[in-house]
Amino acid sequence: MGLPDTDVTGRSLPQSGAWAKAAREDAQARLHAMGLPGRRDEYWKYTRPDTLIADDPAPAAVFHTDEAPLYDGIDRVKVVFIDGVFDAAASDPLELAGVEIERLETAAQTDIHWAKGLYGTLETNGQTPVARPLAALNTAYATDGVLIRVTGKADKPVSLIYRHENDASDAILHHVVKLEAGADLTLLENGPAAARFNKVLEVDVADGAAFHHVRAQGRDHERQAVTHIFARLGRESTFKSFTMTVNGRLTRNECVIELTGDDAVAHVAGAAMGDGEFHHDDTVFITHDAVNCESRQVFKKVLRNGATGVFQGKILVKPDAQKTDGYQKSQSLLLDDDAQFYAKPELEIYADDVICSHGSTTGAIDDEALFYLRSRGVPEVLATDLLVLAFLAEAIDEIEDEAIAEDVVSRLDAWLQRRRD
Amino acid sequence: MAGTDDMIAKDGVEEETVAAVKTLAGKYKYGWETEIEMEYAPKGVNPDIVRLISDKNEEPEWMTEWRLAAFERWEKMVEPSWALLNYPEIDFQDQYYYARPKSMEKKPESLEDVDPKLLATYEKLGIPLKEQMILAGVEGAEDIPAEGRKVAVDAVFDSVSVGTTFQAELQKAGVIFCSISEAIREHPELVKKYLGSVVPVSDNYYATLNSAVFSDGSFVYIPPGVRCPMELSTYFRINAENTGQFERTLIIADKGSYVSYLEGCTAPQRDVAQLHAAVVEIIIEEDAEVKYSTVQNWFPGDENGKGGIYNFVTKRADCRGDRSKVMWTQVETGSAVTWKYPSCILRGAESQGEFYSIAITNNYQQADTGTKMVHLGRDTKSRIVSKGISAGKAQNTYRGLVSMHPKAKNSRNYTQCDSLLIGDQCGAHTVPYIEVKNNSSRVEHEATTSKVDDEQMFYCRQRGMDEEEAVALIVNGFAKEVLQALPMEFAMEAQQLVAISLEGSVG
Repeated sequence: MGLPDTDVTGRSLPQSGAWAKAAREDAQARLHAMGLPGRRDEYWKYTRPDTLIADDPAPAAVFHTDEAPLYDGIDRVKVVFIDGVFDAAASDPLELAGVEIERLETAAQTDIHWAKGLYGTLETNGQTPVARPLAALNTAYATDGVLIRVTGKADKPVSLIYRHENDASDAILHHVVKLEAGADLTLLENGPAAARFNKVLEVDVADGAAFHHVRAQGRDHERQAVTHIFARLGRESTFKSFTMTVNGRLTRNECVIELTGDDAVAHVAGAAMGDGEFHHDDTVFITHDAVNCESRQVFKKVLRNGATGVFQGKILVKPDAQKTDGYQKSQSLLLDDDAQFYAKPELEIYADDVICSHGSTTGAIDDEALFYLRSRGVPEVLATDLLVLAFLAEAIDEIEDEAIAEDVVSRLDAWLQRRRD
Repeated sequence: MAGTDDMIAKDGVEEETVAAVKTLAGKYKYGWETEIEMEYAPKGVNPDIVRLISDKNEEPEWMTEWRLAAFERWEKMVEPSWALLNYPEIDFQDQYYYARPKSMEKKPESLEDVDPKLLATYEKLGIPLKEQMILAGVEGAEDIPAEGRKVAVDAVFDSVSVGTTFQAELQKAGVIFCSISEAIREHPELVKKYLGSVVPVSDNYYATLNSAVFSDGSFVYIPPGVRCPMELSTYFRINAENTGQFERTLIIADKGSYVSYLEGCTAPQRDVAQLHAAVVEIIIEEDAEVKYSTVQNWFPGDENGKGGIYNFVTKRADCRGDRSKVMWTQVETGSAVTWKYPSCILRGAESQGEFYSIAITNNYQQADTGTKMVHLGRDTKSRIVSKGISAGKAQNTYRGLVSMHPKAKNSRNYTQCDSLLIGDQCGAHTVPYIEVKNNSSRVEHEATTSKVDDEQMFYCRQRGMDEEEAVALIVNGFAKEVLQALPMEFAMEAQQLVAISLEGSVG
């Protein structure tokens, strides 16, 4: 790809102190070397990157609703970003027992910080064997984000809230979460963030630590987002991530997990519902590099009116990763003839004592189940919605906290109801 | 071992099979070479070589032009690199593209005129070119009625077809079965109409090269309403050194016809890798059915990964008519490198495609194989059953596509890909692509990867089997669904092959 010598994006690196400057310059060099994704890239076969790499974001109208915000009844530490800019007044004090919370913008000005060696490092590890240029772009140019270090068991979640107020905003945020041995944290995310949002979350889960992550991507119809999660798991650690996506013109969620310690567990799940102009892409890459680890991917999509779903999932089992248990499931429910689904569920296995499997199905709603409900007096529209929720349940079950899971279900239910009325 | 499988009816056969396999232990059975005087075209490929091949086959002008156009395209193409295969760069100019036994210079009038050395070669391979009822070496076939046991054979030796059996009898039924070079001369209207209509000249790098330099292959035409009275088969033998084999097969099943076609292949054991790039095109009209079975047993290279055949094959069936049906069955045990994706274009309404595959890789073999099911017509059905077995330091990849187009309403696909790993230095990979563009169709894909089950092993060992026999039995069980889809002669050979190709993989 023909790249100018100076700057591929026309952006300049944010002002930083020594550690962040080095990390950003490295990322800039990586980005130059790999180039921006193009339509001919195999990794972008089913999702066009054009609007994600365009100089300016396509405008996206702000979605107004009088519904109570998600997680409203849950006690949490709120960190609010409006169009990618931190809002101190709307946020809680960044204080939580056993947890240090800092903003990238301020921490980046120092010359030494614990995030050195993590910021951009997990992203770099995740660049092979497949290049993820938009993540390198993020590391280089992210304007803000949070750096969270967890030393104990956090007694409430940290909640990142992304508001969208400007139709033409273009936000780049980069978060780093470091869980020390035995630590425990739940991270919540919700909101559309901006007209175009590029986000990277790097998570380092040390031995015996546990990380729970639940996010909802915001309902603004025209918003576009490309997000990456890079996680590294130590011995006997746990990583569980769930994402709910309803609406949004284009979403590409990449999740790159490396199981480096024995007996680690990683679960990634997603429930997506799209109506009309909706393109949702889940791209997951899980590397087993230790003994007796478990990984599980469960992705469900409900699509109608020309909505498109994409799933690219891969389990890579390295030669010494014996006793691996890898499972991958991607299913789509196509509610009408205009919806489309593309899947590429891959296994690449170099160890013999493993159990790895994947399943992928696509089809319409089950006529018999529908008939059963209708014969019991449930109107067709309602019966369809019940079956949709039942279909998504397996992904939602991956959320461990019941209150949060209920909150997520109520949003999905409300979304369906708005389309019934 | 293999004999305990339920396909063999008699107890006596079981022991014989075991004994037969044992005598072959650790050796590639077909690795010998026929010493025969050969005539070669100069090394390399260029328009002159293309013309020379066309001349040797006494082709009409239009065919020569077709080849030259293909060559012109090929020169502008780039060798694909997306497969999970790792092999040294191929020097396409360091190969012979045409080699024929001197004795074939004047085409023999009948099988009696063929050089006895060539006949002996096929005799030794178990493919006698006599019009006898059964293939030699098939145990247990005596019990089957004579009519069901006839197999017509087209034997291809390096670049030429040596002979085709049962031609007269097939002719009575209206079936045309001959070498493709003969078809170009004798039935130009059919060849012109169908050649390149399923695999276009520009399809892919190897298919384009094949279009330019193919030297021989088989041609089959089954007229409307005819059920081919016997199984047809082609046996490909590479004998000459440094010679690529580029064969072309064209099968046309007209309305309401049926044919079962078998393909076998072997090559001598050599240190230097050899190239094989074939194209198979199948056209299936309304209500017709074609069964295509392959046992691919090219020389796989030695246990250190030296030599072997690089096998780049394009096979595609076009189900043009409504209710047409195709079934691909392949047993891939040979070749150092396999690049092969037999595909089905399901164009006709209610047409059906099936793909059954066993790919076994041992030592340093690499296989990247699978299928494409392209659903274009309404109510089309496809089924994929793929079993990959990897041992030694081998890499085995299933790569496939299932595509449901918007007009393929009410279509179905079911895919099952299972991989078995024997040993901790091999790899098994699955790369399926699924594309669904309508909601009345249903696509299901399942894949698993596992190793030979310890409990099953223990059970077999406890009953006195040695480790290799036990593995062969378990693998045969794992692959049973595919073995059962093969015609009987092949099923037996395939079972033996499963055991032989896994020799030395345990212990």
